Amino acid sequence: MAVSPGPAGSRIPALARTRVGVLQVLVLALLLTLGARLWYLQVRSGPEFQQAAAANDLRTVATAAVRGSILDDQGRALVTNHTTLQVAVDLSTLMHQPAQGRAVLERLAGVLGVPASQLEQRSRLCSSAVSQPCWTGTPYQPIPVAQDVPAPVAIKLMEERDQFPGIVVGPAADRSYPEPYGVRAAQVLGYLSPVNPDELSEPNSPYQPTDMVGRSGLEQTYDAQLRGHSGVQEVSVDNLGRAVRTVSSTPPVPGDDLVTTLDARVQAVAEQQLAAAIDNARKGWDKNSQHSYRADSGAVVVVDVNTGGIVAMATYPSYDPTVWSGGISPSVYAHLTDPGAGTPLLDRAYQGQFAPGSTFKIVTTSAMLQDGFPAHGTYDCSPDFAIGSQDFHNFEGEAYGPITLKQTIEVSCDTVFYRAAYDMWLRDGGNRPVAHPADPVQTMALAYGLGKATGIDLPGEAPGDVQTRQEKMATWQKMKGAWCTRAKTGYPEVAGSDPTRAAYLKQIAYENCLDGWQFRGGDAVLEAIGQGGILVTPLQLARAYAALANGGTLYQPHLEKAILSPDGKVVSTFQPKVTGHVPISPSTRSFLIDAFQGVAQAGTASGVYGGWPLNQIPVGAKTGTADVYGKQATSVFASFLPANHPQYAIAMMVSQGGQGAITSGPAVEKIEEALYGVQGGAIVPNAAMLRNPPANLPVINPDGTLAVPASAAFDLSGATGPNPSVADAAFHVTGMPNAGPGPAPLPLFLPERRYADLLRTGALA
Amino acid sequence: MIIGEKAGLPPVVTAPAPYGNRLTAAARSASGRGGALRRFDWPLFGSAVALSLYGALLVWSATRARSQLTGGDPQYFLKRHLLNLVVGVILAIAVSALDHKRLRALTPIVYIFALLGLLAVLSPLGSTVNGARSWIELGAGFSIQPAEFAKVGVVTAVAMTLSARSPVRRGADLRAPLRTTTTHERTPGGEVPTARQIGLALVAAAVPMGFIALLPDLGTTMVIVATVLGMVVVSGARLRALVLLTVLAGAGVAAVVKLHLLAAHQVNRFAAFADPNLDPQGVGYNTHQARMAIGAGGLFGQGLFQGAQTNGQFVPEQQTDFVFTVVGEELGLVGGLLMIALFGVLLWRACGIARAATEPFPLLLAAGVVGWFTFQTFENIGMTMGIMPVAGIPLPFVSYGGSSMFANFIAVGLLENVRLRSTR
Repeated sequence: MAVSPGPAGSRIPALARTRVGVLQVLVLALLLTLGARLWYLQVRSGPEFQQAAAANDLRTVATAAVRGSILDDQGRALVTNHTTLQVAVDLSTLMHQPAQGRAVLERLAGVLGVPASQLEQRSRLCSSAVSQPCWTGTPYQPIPVAQDVPAPVAIKLMEERDQFPGIVVGPAADRSYPEPYGVRAAQVLGYLSPVNPDELSEPNSPYQPTDMVGRSGLEQTYDAQLRGHSGVQEVSVDNLGRAVRTVSSTPPVPGDDLVTTLDARVQAVAEQQLAAAIDNARKGWDKNSQHSYRADSGAVVVVDVNTGGIVAMATYPSYDPTVWSGGISPSVYAHLTDPGAGTPLLDRAYQGQFAPGSTFKIVTTSAMLQDGFPAHGTYDCSPDFAIGSQDFHNFEGEAYGPITLKQTIEVSCDTVFYRAAYDMWLRDGGNRPVAHPADPVQTMALAYGLGKATGIDLPGEAPGDVQTRQEKMATWQKMKGAWCTRAKTGYPEVAGSDPTRAAYLKQIAYENCLDGWQFRGGDAVLEAIGQGGILVTPLQLARAYAALANGGTLYQPHLEKAILSPDGKVVSTFQPKVTGHVPISPSTRSFLIDAFQGVAQAGTASGVYGGWPLNQIPVGAKTGTADVYGKQATSVFASFLPANHPQYAIAMMVSQGGQGAITSGPAVEKIEEALYGVQGGAIVPNAAMLRNPPANLPVINPDGTLAVPASAAFDLSGATGPNPSVADAAFHVTGMPNAGPGPAPLPLFLPERRYADLLRTGALA
Repeated sequence: MIIGEKAGLPPVVTAPAPYGNRLTAAARSASGRGGALRRFDWPLFGSAVALSLYGALLVWSATRARSQLTGGDPQYFLKRHLLNLVVGVILAIAVSALDHKRLRALTPIVYIFALLGLLAVLSPLGSTVNGARSWIELGAGFSIQPAEFAKVGVVTAVAMTLSARSPVRRGADLRAPLRTTTTHERTPGGEVPTARQIGLALVAAAVPMGFIALLPDLGTTMVIVATVLGMVVVSGARLRALVLLTVLAGAGVAAVVKLHLLAAHQVNRFAAFADPNLDPQGVGYNTHQARMAIGAGGLFGQGLFQGAQTNGQFVPEQQTDFVFTVVGEELGLVGGLLMIALFGVLLWRACGIARAATEPFPLLLAAGVVGWFTFQTFENIGMTMGIMPVAGIPLPFVSYGGSSMFANFIAVGLLENVRLRSTR
């Protein structure tokens, strides 16, 4: 059979064959195009797409770590965690409901008994347009909207799950405050709030979106140790956000525990005695102001003189730290920051600055003795001392004639110190100072650690003030413009209500304008008795007496004793830090210790220690009553004991509290009674709370439970709580702690199992 | 067979020696059954089966985890795909075995059945998936997509119309069309379709196309337009006819756009094509996710069953229209090029069959299938890579879908039929 070899004669047009050939080329071209495009996408731009694809399907879900506890020196928990039933909103599910789940939230609000608007506010996401209250974390994390939900409510929510799509009920960890012996220590412990977006966006931010961050007190200082590390799970999700598989998983590492030097029992006594002292002071009548004492605020500090460890630190007004549990309410937070309520958020013990009054004489006497004033000479205790036209009086015009220096301290005769300070000032050249004035009192004050922050391990410490020549000059240069204007214009805004005060202020402005730079005799004299340019915090005062008591070593005050891992291993122990030495000779020291014992035995504090076995436990003490212009006197008391072998130094200050020996002294003595078990003038060894701070660390079992030493029963009944309604504060405050969190929900903690459940049910997306 | 009996005519000048051998072999095989097996185009058939098996793997990978689709059996789609392949192969063999006369005789019947199917799917019998009323549910999980079979109907009908002898030459002999293979009009230039034939062909294509456009199934409509245009061009139509046709087609497209005859989702697809970054969560989601999946594959891919985008089910319709994203992500450039190469083999062989055709009808038949497969392949792979607008058409052989698979293998059967009976 023959085969046609060519197109001619076929019914196929030649054109058709050509065009099939064209078609063939076209096919080839199109396939090559596809191949080229494939190469472009996969090889040329491959890395770009790989990144985009990775971001497309990866979600990071944080599992909060269990935060460490804060323990006292015996291992009693001051802050720990407890499990609460928490209701959280899973936005990714809720947003798929009709009207973005508004109806669901309204139903939930009805069940929880809160306004729906509150739930909406708490579950909305923060953005530039949406400010607090809102959720700062990631929308892939269920957002807690209610804590401590009663079990029946939780069960209802779980049973009627179809009615509550996107609502997640489960256990969560929250901060709790066991308050052993009624201890509050709220300001020392501090509080937490959710991590904010700025902190999250910092480079190398240690935070996860679910983290709670310490915002004040020990929670802030030791945040890194307490917080632990959140677990991070990278989950590969599908197009509906359902987890397909876990790409990487870092389990949460629980935070370490902080063992503090605080002793819960002593702290409880200190808090109660402070509150009681303030209550008592308010019953007293102030002749000068013709008003009962306002006693608006105060603090007491008990420090271990040999280490600088803080055994107790109480402040007034205070508050109950449990207000932070489950999220603080806006009204409570407003109260805590309200100056009208005394700003209870502040810790006066290290953030309140008060004039120390005669307790400052520890500095002046040290300066005198080191400057060559004879320790055993006689000094003239006249009723007053004049510099030019200005008269400086003794307290209530007392006069004892020629007395020894020890007696001077015992009776706290101001005129002796005026005269000594004036002499020193004259030796420095008076109003025409020498090139390098010695300024013995101011120099000694700085050496005692006053006028600058002590470095305590708490945030926002107030530095106090010791006004020196240099400081006066600097202040004058800054202020002279304003002073000189005021010297001319006066104070018309004050004159309307108080012409006397306006005239006084104008005079001061005039003098300041003229020679406000000058360190005058009057300045030197007033500072010598702890007034005028001297401001101290109770903590600084306690440390100054501790330095004297321990032989002149200035320790950095601290609350940290040790860091323990969750299974009880010691991570680190705090080693006492020496920050300086007070330049006093042993004879000066022994003179002062003897003199302060004299104060307790026969001097201004003898009334305080009337019922104290001074022969068994000798005590050194000094009273102070500082005049503050425009306010009632500040009550100050400083003490150390045992004087022969010092262990503790205690300082207490009460703004507008009257005399040191009447308001503060007895409270300090009560704390000392508790420390040493003094009852009715006799020592009851079993009643002693803390003769010495424990040398060892509390033992924590490997399973994390505390092996708390058995504690002696101590009756704290009858102690009164503080009254938060106080008049305006009479102290200088610096270093406000970080702005609080407002009414934000408190911590979210999803235990692993719960998290797994969420993944399984697909609720977590 | 009596094809090409004109032994005395001059041979093709450029024909190479091996070609001559093949021709001798072809001549021998045409008479015996063993010869038919040898003439059978194995590379063509093999590449079609290989693509289907390749597709089976990809469909499996894309559907393993989609339990809402598979009803719990991860291999559900794999099994169905392989079953479809077996049925398809049987159909291809059956079609290739058809007698030439019967094939022509069957053409009007196929065409009419295709029209009936389309009418049925437009009637309440049809069910709507993804906005298009394209399926007839048969029960037991089976459904057919008449538009796929309509392609076969259109290709055969257009081929027949364009290749029919001019009525003028045939006179009034109504049986003439059936005799064309035995009638030898040896015009040196061959037969060029008349304007009337082209018009008839267009009408033959337009009727089912209109039904398909009503579904609406824009993708299949585009495939038919491209296929018919290709066939008209290949038929040897004169240039002015082609120009006129192009103008008409342009006017038609303009009218469709101006009169807002396209559904919103269709307009969106074109918008997403024009702007690749348009609304990645909405209109542009498909193309965005598809390109991301392919791009993430790199040179060698993430490995079969390992694709994150595939496992995450980010690409919609991944086992059907977007099946190419699976090969792109999991097997990379190497796997993608292998697939394109398989299509290359298939289409190259199909072109070869068209070129070797001895009669207009088989030539047009083969060219129609080439046009159909080429456009559908380019459009499908192109849309997953963002160089073509998204249209809901499957990738021949590879995508999951019985109707598509059957239609594709019927087309392969047509090519083999041409190869066995109507080539030199």
